[in-house]
Amino acid sequence: MWAYIVRRVLATIPVMAVVALFVFSLLYIAPGDPAAVIAGDQATPEDVERIRASLGLDRPYLVRFADWLWDILNGDLGTSIFTNLPVSTMIAQRIEPTLSLMVVTILLAVSIAVPMGVVAAWKQGTMADRAVMGFAVLGFSVPVFVVGYVLAYVFALELDWLPVQGYTPISQGFLPWIENLILPAIALGTVYIALIARITRATMLEVLSQDYIRTARAKGVGQRAILFLHALKNAAVPIVTVIGIGIALLIGGAVVTESVFAIPGLGRLTVDAILRRDYPVIQGVVLLFSFVYVLVNLVIDLLYTLFDPRIRY
Amino acid sequence: MDNRPVLLEVENLQTHFRTMDGVNRAVDGVSFHVRSGETLAIVGESGCGKSVTAMSILRLIPEPPGKIAGSIRFQGRDLLGLSDKEMRDIRGNEISMIFQEPMTSLNPVLTNGQQIGETLRLHQGLSKSQAEERAVEMLRLVGIPEPGRRVREYPHQLSGGMRQRVMIAIALACNPKLLIADEPTTALDVTIQAQILDLMRDLKTRVGAAIVIITHDLGVVAEVAERVVVMYAGRKVEEAPVADLFRTPRHPYTQGLLGSVPKLGSSLTGQTSRLSEIPGLVPSLKQKIPGCVFASRCPKASDLCRAVPPGLALKAPGHFAACHYAEAEGSVAA
Repeated sequence: MWAYIVRRVLATIPVMAVVALFVFSLLYIAPGDPAAVIAGDQATPEDVERIRASLGLDRPYLVRFADWLWDILNGDLGTSIFTNLPVSTMIAQRIEPTLSLMVVTILLAVSIAVPMGVVAAWKQGTMADRAVMGFAVLGFSVPVFVVGYVLAYVFALELDWLPVQGYTPISQGFLPWIENLILPAIALGTVYIALIARITRATMLEVLSQDYIRTARAKGVGQRAILFLHALKNAAVPIVTVIGIGIALLIGGAVVTESVFAIPGLGRLTVDAILRRDYPVIQGVVLLFSFVYVLVNLVIDLLYTLFDPRIRY
Repeated sequence: MDNRPVLLEVENLQTHFRTMDGVNRAVDGVSFHVRSGETLAIVGESGCGKSVTAMSILRLIPEPPGKIAGSIRFQGRDLLGLSDKEMRDIRGNEISMIFQEPMTSLNPVLTNGQQIGETLRLHQGLSKSQAEERAVEMLRLVGIPEPGRRVREYPHQLSGGMRQRVMIAIALACNPKLLIADEPTTALDVTIQAQILDLMRDLKTRVGAAIVIITHDLGVVAEVAERVVVMYAGRKVEEAPVADLFRTPRHPYTQGLLGSVPKLGSSLTGQTSRLSEIPGLVPSLKQKIPGCVFASRCPKASDLCRAVPPGLALKAPGHFAACHYAEAEGSVAA
């Protein structure tokens, strides 16, 4: 087990290296010149050249990559071209809202979607099942920003139950913190809920037709224990996999959600950095997201052993 | 005659399934009884409704599309009239069941101990630790070596024969009055089959349970049964004490069934006789058959057979057959 974990962690190194090269190259080949942006409209070509040299942008590609990588390995994500703050500081300032949004969304989505899928499978073909499936299709097809604006309009502007937008740090109390996160979490979680509910339903349907479910019935086990103990544990592996894969979906959605609800998180930081061609910030954020994603997948692989004793590493 | 009290009485059982193209009469008017401590075998070829009969007793048929009618009286109570809750109290407690597929009938993500203990906690209110203790005892009882270790292991760590032993341990954990075994040995190697049958016989005498064993294997029937019900196309065609049935089968279907069993060593002694088979196929259960269900495959079938369904008639003490031409004095027997 431990040997496996060490092996898996080591295996993330080449993955991250490829991600790093990709992130670096993406911006290298992207149109636009940060030196020109910094220099402004009135700058002469000499000014632009001088700024480019001071940023080190005139050096060869591989030299810049090696240099950049070495700094990252030393914990230095570079300095923002725009604010002159270290990228790591900027990320640290923005990470709490995004992390809060993600955690609340995942908890909310899983606790809604899994029971929904279970009930849909149990009541297959009934109105309850059709309602769940209908919601799933809708959830897939309506974009995050539409859900977000509708929610904000109905629950914040019209009903005045929750704040329209903004973010309150958790240090100022749990209630204001969660109040600000409920609508964004629902908006961001809609696709995620649809995805998890569908997979849960499909997997549960397959599991419920297995012989061991018939055995459980023959033993006199009640319906709830059959669904949530005998069946759900067997269905857990695909469900957990989708929950993990869906986190990539959330990262993309967080950028939009943070814009809609004016949450000062990493998503906003990313958008602003792209608009300003603030290369070091973009690279830092994308690397962080990739690292989180790789980590989540590792954790999921390890979770498999918890649910299915046949899986051993 | 047998004067043990009647434990289970099935009367005019009809289990039908509504399908896209009509009603499938999987079981159509079957009656039989089981006495306390008795072993009854239900035999017949694939698709004759024997498994559906077994599942109907415990009401494990999904309704809809299934529908169970008739009466199933267990210790005087009609099981078809019970609520779901009352039925759950009987399942695994007073009537338990073991299935054909030991490889897939155990839950792969729960330990053997959890699966045995679950019935005990459910029906006898044992605590977690008491249930595990009893589970170890049950594993020892069904002959699993190192029960203390096996109880914490999962089904995939056991062989097929061992898994069927675990199934038997689950089924017998609450000392049921009736054990329904649906093809318990079909999926196992011959040597393991014999072990499992021995085990069932041994435990039956120890626990005092009645057994209904569903099988297509006449060897198994001869081995364990006291009385036999022969089913064909959803109906009972013959019922007799086991020795009587093997000696003088009355129904042409039973005769065909017995004739299609190879005799060990017959080719060595030079008396090679061709293995007889029953020509034709089991009729579709989707349409109602006017006469005898076996008429289309029966060598003795007449116009009478095709028009009028034969009733079950007493042909010898305890021996019933549903055939117009089965003689009371066994003259039909080959």
